[in-house]
Amino acid sequence: MKRYQLRLFVAGRSARSERAIANLRRICQEDLGGDCDLSIIDVLEHPQEAENEKILATPTLIKSGPLPIRRFIGDLSVRERVLAGLEQQT
Amino acid sequence: MNTAAPVDKLETGIPGFDFIAEGGLPEGRTCLVAGTSGSAKTVFAVQFLAEGIERFETPGVFVTFEETPDDIRRNMIGFGWDIPAWEAEGLWRFVDVSPTLTDDPTVVGDYDLDALISRVTHAIKDIGATRVSLDSIGAICGQFEDSAIVRRELFRVAAALRQANSTAVITAERSDEYGSIARYGIEEFVADNVVVLRNALEETRRRRTMEILKFRGATHSKGEFPFSVLPDQGIVAIPLSAMELQQTSSIERSTSGNEMLDEMTGGGFYNDSIILVSGATGTGKTLLTSEFLAGATEEDGGRALLFAFEEGYSQFMRNAAGWGIDLQRLEDEGRLKVVCKYPEVAGLEDHLIRMKGVIKEFKPTRVAVDSLSALERVSSMKGFREFVVSLTSNIKDDGIMGLFTATTPTLVGGTSATEAHISTITDAIILLRYAELHGEMLRGITVLKMRGSNHDKRIRRFTVNDQGLHIGKPFDQLAGVLSGNIHILGPGLQGGSTNQHHSEENAESDALSPGTLSQSTGRDGR
Repeated sequence: MKRYQLRLFVAGRSARSERAIANLRRICQEDLGGDCDLSIIDVLEHPQEAENEKILATPTLIKSGPLPIRRFIGDLSVRERVLAGLEQQT
Repeated sequence: MNTAAPVDKLETGIPGFDFIAEGGLPEGRTCLVAGTSGSAKTVFAVQFLAEGIERFETPGVFVTFEETPDDIRRNMIGFGWDIPAWEAEGLWRFVDVSPTLTDDPTVVGDYDLDALISRVTHAIKDIGATRVSLDSIGAICGQFEDSAIVRRELFRVAAALRQANSTAVITAERSDEYGSIARYGIEEFVADNVVVLRNALEETRRRRTMEILKFRGATHSKGEFPFSVLPDQGIVAIPLSAMELQQTSSIERSTSGNEMLDEMTGGGFYNDSIILVSGATGTGKTLLTSEFLAGATEEDGGRALLFAFEEGYSQFMRNAAGWGIDLQRLEDEGRLKVVCKYPEVAGLEDHLIRMKGVIKEFKPTRVAVDSLSALERVSSMKGFREFVVSLTSNIKDDGIMGLFTATTPTLVGGTSATEAHISTITDAIILLRYAELHGEMLRGITVLKMRGSNHDKRIRRFTVNDQGLHIGKPFDQLAGVLSGNIHILGPGLQGGSTNQHHSEENAESDALSPGTLSQSTGRDGR
């Protein structure tokens, strides 16, 4: 059973950040069956993490597992596109 | 934002730029540096930080959107900028926003660039940077489709930089040299200050210029200024018009290197004057130049520098020896330097900057350029004039005596294009001319102009032998020497051969205006 390794980079507790976090939680539970290791990183508090991952925009979601690695930019409100991207296998 | 206080300037340290910018970049503001590809934008952005580190020890943050930090580290080492060393010392920090191969993010909703802003401000705080460069912002516009979002976000980036009290350079790509300031049309909103770098094709030659379009709330020089990108130095700008204004004048004189010429000029050349020697090939320009250089021996601490663009070193020294001029001794004493270069090896701006460098290093009291006309070949007219203006003002500023030669295109008479361009800049003009008389080629010399001094206005014959250049008697009773087409003045015009002085004056005025003479004779014949 493969778990989804997901990291969400947000900037502070803005409305946009909250929206992204809520959207990601919902996708995780409703679409991925809760099979997720989810971490949320605030770039304002951890700029070095943003530096390491070369994050440019917020929110940014990185799926590091299962491969391939995928990146998403935005508040994850376009649910179908997020799902299509997450489930893409090649 | 309105502030009552005038905008302070931050000295960038980029040679020449601060002069054009009348002090430097507006401090604490963001300046857009726009240019086409290959216009040295990245060099400018890197140099802004590099000069800050080298001259003022102020740390800098470099945000790279296009090239990877590794590429930049490698590419800039040729300019003498050791970025890895500065990184180790905490003087330089990269924020790497360059695109990666794996990175092709899907846009799934609303976003901002807070991550970028956070990274940049973090880096600024971390090393205490006061200078920031972002290179180049066009890349980010290509990365995101929605230009409205990018515009909004860039505005916030600029605001964040201002809040961090850093002076920033943002580069942007242009698609043509004289079109809109930057691609995507959005960057212009970001910066109150805009500098344009150009790399324009002018008469088959590339010519780099920089222009400050605007500094909000601060003054700057207007118009395009040439610059060069040199190994070990980076960008070196040439602030012309600002220099043109300065004119010092010395009342001290030194020898021209030729006793008779000293007499003709009323006591030698002024110490900070610019002398133009014009003549056809073989009239003796290089000889006069050699004597001029040798003239440095006669004063205390005289040092002579020659830029030779027509002859090689050994040929030049051999010729001088043949005229009985001992330049070898002068060189052995370390008081003569001969720099030989083919004009074609570099652009005129490069020549200029190198020449200035040699002058600064050698500290001569007199400088000769043989010949200016050779340099004219490798440049456009405009570029050539700028070159001469810049070189002469540089020489004058240092109180150095300068002698330039110009080659006339025709053997007899004529003027060179070189003369036409620079005669107003020079303090003295000496003409060397061939003239034909009775089937014989004679040579004549005259001092056409000598600013601030009385001088011999007659045209005199001269000869050349193994003892140098010998100036003899004036061409009495002859007219048209300068045009090369000599008339012998008839006894009627001469007004009595016993009055020698009077006849000389006649010969002089007629010689200088051969046109009027032939006109009047033409009328007589009718």
